[in-house]
Amino acid sequence: MNIAAYEVGTQLPSLEIPPISRTTLALFAGASGDHNPIHIDLDVAKSAGLEDVFAHGMLSMAYLGRLLTSAFPQHRLRSWKVRFTAITPVHAAPTCTGTVSAIDEADGERLAIIDVRVTTDSGVETLLGQAVIALD
Amino acid sequence: MPLDQSVIATDTGGGTMLITRSLLRRFAAATGQHDPVYIDVDAARAAGHPDLPVPPTFFFSVDLESADPAVYLADLGVDLRTVLHGEQEFIHHRMAHAGDELSTTSRIVDVSSKKGGLLEFLRRETAVRGQDGAIVCVTRTVLVVRSPPAAARQEAR
Repeated sequence: MNIAAYEVGTQLPSLEIPPISRTTLALFAGASGDHNPIHIDLDVAKSAGLEDVFAHGMLSMAYLGRLLTSAFPQHRLRSWKVRFTAITPVHAAPTCTGTVSAIDEADGERLAIIDVRVTTDSGVETLLGQAVIALD
Repeated sequence: MPLDQSVIATDTGGGTMLITRSLLRRFAAATGQHDPVYIDVDAARAAGHPDLPVPPTFFFSVDLESADPAVYLADLGVDLRTVLHGEQEFIHHRMAHAGDELSTTSRIVDVSSKKGGLLEFLRRETAVRGQDGAIVCVTRTVLVVRSPPAAARQEAR
């Protein structure tokens, strides 16, 4: 859909991600430069009192980035902000969604505010935030 | 150990990263990105980019391009195992592409605590600049430091 037609309530096509494997966590650690062992080393996770490793928050935010750049060209993305509201366990399958919550104007630019969210297949909300995109 | 207010405005270093197609393709593979614009140079050029574009969250990784990006946490006495990512914001000023050399400067902008110190919040701001010195992106991060579990405290003694 053409973003010029965005209006309050418009939903971006959702993005469903397959279950996050340990391989994905290892590849993301290397590719993102976030080598925190809590995400890739079961021994370290257990030493911190956790049952298992969990996904990087930035992996879920990267999925949200894919949701946004699939819907419109990246240069339109002005800013975005998320809260990580729960950890994403290994093997969880996240779904990213976005809904236009406001159309605004700033500095002569028409902007869409998009409420973005990630939930796992267990129904747990893991990321919640807003993105601001330029419409024209 | 409570984070002292005196750490506010502490420079936490930064990094410089020459953005290569290879780095971007590995990031695309790790994040399941199959959009050819982010993988294939011809597709990127057809979409108006001079080369593969840097995807929006990759700017977070530029600041991790140093020998030990978590050293500032260790210096503050924070056990990395107790750190959670609380919030993340990106303010995009312009696009960056493979071939660009990006640099960061980062500082701690605030620390605070909740639940009688069981949770501490560390706010950092990072400026990502291009080789011309102009701002490409500003990132704001909130890290949550949990009080370590009893078992881990025992071990640390």
